[in-house]
Amino acid sequence: MTARDLSRHTAGELAAAVASGEVSAVEVTQAHLDRIGAVDGGVHAYLHVDADAALAAAADVDARRAAGAELGPLAGVPLALKDVITTSDMPTTAGSRILEGWRPPYDATIVQRLRDAGVIILGKTNMDEFAMGSSTENSAFGPTHNPWDLSRIPGGSGGGSAAALASFQAPLAIGTDTGGSIRQPAAVTGTVGVKPTYGGVSRYGLIACASSLDQAGPCARTVQDAALLHEVIAGHDALDSTSIDRPVPDVAGAARQGAEGDLSGLRVGVVSELGGEGYQAGVEARFHETVELLGKLGADVVEVSCPHFSYGLAAYYLILPSEVSSNLARFDAMRYGLRVGDDGTRSAEDVMNATRGTGFGAEAKRRIILGTYALSSGYYDAYYGQAQKVRTLISRDFAAAFEQVDVLVSPTTPTTAFPLGERVDDPLAMYKNDLCTIPSNLAGNASASFPCGLADEDGLPVGLHVMAPVMADERVYRVGAAVEQAYVTQWGGYLLDQAPEVEERQ
Amino acid sequence: MSSISRDEVAHLARLARLELEPDELDHLAGQLDQIIGAVGQVSQVAADDIPPTSHALPITNVFRDDVRRPCLSSEAALSGAPEAEEGRFRVPQILGEEQ
Amino acid sequence: MPTATTALPSFDDVIARFDPVMGMEVHVELGTVTKMFCGCSTEFGAEPNTQVCPTCLGLPGSLPVVNRTAVESAMRIGLALNCHIAEYCRFARKNYFYPDMPKNFQISQYDEPIAFDGWTEVTVDTDDGPRVVPIGIERAHMEEDTGKSLHVGGSTGRIHGASHSLLDYNRAGIPLIEIVTKPIEVEAALAPAVARAYVTELRELVRALGVSEARMELGQMRCDANVSLRPRGTTTFGTRSETKNVNSLRSVERAVTYEIRRHAAVLDAGEPVVQETRHWHEDTGETTAGRTKEEAEDYRYFPEPDLVPLAPSREWVEELRGTLPEPPAARRARLQGEWGFTDLEMRDVVNAGAMGLVEETVTAGSDPAGAKKWWLGEIARTANERGAELDQVGITPQQVARVQELIGAGTLNDKLARQVVEGVLAGEGSPDEVIEARGLAVVSDDAALGAAVDDAIAAMPDAAEKVRGGNMGPVGALIGSVMKATQGQADAQRVRELILQRLGE
Repeated sequence: MTARDLSRHTAGELAAAVASGEVSAVEVTQAHLDRIGAVDGGVHAYLHVDADAALAAAADVDARRAAGAELGPLAGVPLALKDVITTSDMPTTAGSRILEGWRPPYDATIVQRLRDAGVIILGKTNMDEFAMGSSTENSAFGPTHNPWDLSRIPGGSGGGSAAALASFQAPLAIGTDTGGSIRQPAAVTGTVGVKPTYGGVSRYGLIACASSLDQAGPCARTVQDAALLHEVIAGHDALDSTSIDRPVPDVAGAARQGAEGDLSGLRVGVVSELGGEGYQAGVEARFHETVELLGKLGADVVEVSCPHFSYGLAAYYLILPSEVSSNLARFDAMRYGLRVGDDGTRSAEDVMNATRGTGFGAEAKRRIILGTYALSSGYYDAYYGQAQKVRTLISRDFAAAFEQVDVLVSPTTPTTAFPLGERVDDPLAMYKNDLCTIPSNLAGNASASFPCGLADEDGLPVGLHVMAPVMADERVYRVGAAVEQAYVTQWGGYLLDQAPEVEERQ
Repeated sequence: MSSISRDEVAHLARLARLELEPDELDHLAGQLDQIIGAVGQVSQVAADDIPPTSHALPITNVFRDDVRRPCLSSEAALSGAPEAEEGRFRVPQILGEEQ
Repeated sequence: MPTATTALPSFDDVIARFDPVMGMEVHVELGTVTKMFCGCSTEFGAEPNTQVCPTCLGLPGSLPVVNRTAVESAMRIGLALNCHIAEYCRFARKNYFYPDMPKNFQISQYDEPIAFDGWTEVTVDTDDGPRVVPIGIERAHMEEDTGKSLHVGGSTGRIHGASHSLLDYNRAGIPLIEIVTKPIEVEAALAPAVARAYVTELRELVRALGVSEARMELGQMRCDANVSLRPRGTTTFGTRSETKNVNSLRSVERAVTYEIRRHAAVLDAGEPVVQETRHWHEDTGETTAGRTKEEAEDYRYFPEPDLVPLAPSREWVEELRGTLPEPPAARRARLQGEWGFTDLEMRDVVNAGAMGLVEETVTAGSDPAGAKKWWLGEIARTANERGAELDQVGITPQQVARVQELIGAGTLNDKLARQVVEGVLAGEGSPDEVIEARGLAVVSDDAALGAAVDDAIAAMPDAAEKVRGGNMGPVGALIGSVMKATQGQADAQRVRELILQRLGE
């Protein structure tokens, strides 16, 4: 295996090669560090790469293997970690100037589990500030570029994680999804992204955007890899009160079952409200082909109406900013992070104001103000209160739909990757990226995006969005793996194999 | 539904401890007005008898036993502090009163 | 607006013309081992920032998890105050910025308190004897404490004039229960005493429940007093002030008295009372203005998404009800019976906040009257001089019982016993150590006393002659002379016997 080969393999293959001794974890890690060195200058997927720590962790896996220790199914496989997850050995910025250089004194539960599983954390990936955005253009540290076309957005907020996968800088990544931040980047980069059921993966150490919506999940290039990563990070955590105390669904088993290509007996609902006006023709074409494919694989496909999904975006942009305004209050220049304007004469309050004015970017400020407004006395009932009722109605729409079908499908996002800069100062246009993904955050159910082809008009990836009931995460894997298997056969390889080679630029 | 004025945005920014430049304030006020117009459509939904959802899943009664866990060392606790003194976080003079 | 006490009308004048409405908000710090939402120790007095973790420091990414014992304590307080326990309630975030609050929101409860709609009663003294006053309880809810700031560079360690502040978050996240009364409407003359009696009652109650030591001087129990006044004969509530930082039983009474007089002065001047917070100053006995209603924060409460709702089962509630101690009124009645105290005596004990201490002293072996005498006498005087609570003045119920034991055994007489108590209160050690160090034991040794008795007889021949002649009147004078000569340490009973021996038989 050459170094370039190592970066092209799936996580499952790499783990097997490490376990068998065919390659060492150090070699695998070094190959990815080399790849990062070669291409990340143009992609800017990473905010921080810790080669020394990664190689040390890899050497530890190799030593454990040599000592005859039982290794986990992903031991020795490198991973790119979204910079919203705390790490005790690397900075954690959440893409914000206000946290630049902050080194948390603790590891997130996810990080603990990755380390315990022998997964090698290469570094921290770029993101929209505090996970607010759909393009990574809201990162304080410059945008990430889509490996399919470096002049386009990689999606967001987890654009760094998705771009790292799509440019073969890591075979696995962690994302977090508040309104689509795992799934939308996956769709526009031709990768796989899963938002588990809310409470399926611990939020302890995940810097909160909107606490009642945030969910971390696996990102990968293949469905099986995503499932293996899902099983490493999921499961009950006593440090997160909203964590579900039940066994993790058998997602790897479901992915294997799906890959057999038989969806007989599965009932699939196409959400009528998620399509039509505002959806790019090439997106709709690939989506409808994929729906047909599901039928060919044996699924019963019906159309299902979820009438309140149309209000999801509005409810979301009230609930999210409200929680954001409170969650981001702690960034006040007193205990950690940026401090601006402390000249010895200004008060703590002045320094807080100045620091927050300087440290937060435009989108964070918009949402803080919007949330402060939605929660303020006199407006609470009309905005936050009403949005919470709409949230109930959306959950009821899901419940009614899942009476009829096992999964729901839609495009992941209405358009393919748009050019960097196009929607930066048009928040409403930007928010519409999340139209299809938001309902699952409001209802807390599992959903995912899988590659389903390239749009005819621009040759860019399109995502299939699959939604399953709460704690039925395995269903999205079954569908995703079946679709993946069928398309790999049809295309003669993964969608990413059709991606242009990323120019080497350091 | 309703609209939001520049003064209102300035008031909200004060509540949120967010110093805004005058041009920033102008720009934000315009955008917020637009956004609030859009999100205000939640009011079109007839939901008087619908209970609000604050939590995605209906879990209740999650507790921890009253048992000590290790604390951070003082060094670790203060490691991110912009300034520290005598084992404490040093901050500029505090005006105003406690709540 | 009048600021000096001298400008205020007298309390007697005010109560003749106005009726007050009070509301009390009391924060009780629970004595749990760990904090409300994390496993950090709550022990008092640790080095700064050594009892902190990502959660109570509000670090990005951290999450709260509720302490079961704190919830049980809250429910037990609610039950003891005859409250309903919510079948479903949520925590809420109270959003405001302040450097001692790590997240810049406090996790509290808003419109869904764990306990609500209860009552208790207090007894106060009136001209017509003791009166029982019912107090309605609006709610009791859970929240977390803030950190502590040290203001540096100013002359007095106060916030004003400080150049900077130093923050310690050891206290941040310690569980608090806030107990709020319904409006208390009681005749003006009784209002300050009712306020004090209520806080005393609450303190006894949480101590009896074992959920907090409620030591006010350590901030384990903190009181805000709302007062409004309306001219007698009118019915609408006046504008209220909320006086904060009222942190001793004595201050509760004084602050309410002061505010009633201040409101009256404002109303007398034809001015409107401003709705505001006020700060109580123990040293000057006055309140000063804080934030007005207009300046009040908009707290933007909303349900805490990081904590799941509480839905205590009725079985759990009943189980907790079964753990409640005897209700205070029943306990008072029982102890009064056991001790054989009159209503008046018992009321004095209760009002002094000494019931628990007397009970412990009796348990330790003292007779009830003796225990009461010490706690309401010598010890109360010292506590008053020092502005301290009875149980913080430096003597324990066991030590008081020991003094009583020594009196009973004749080792101490009353005068010596007072000196022993005085020594203990002065920090000289246990009663036995004080006796040893000061050489205070009663002298009953005949050889030592004999000489003193002979001297007294020789010095007072007339008195001695009268006693010889059967007139017992001057015996007292002779005994007094001996006591004087022995600096009070003589066993008076033995002295009498020796005098009669020498002058009689």
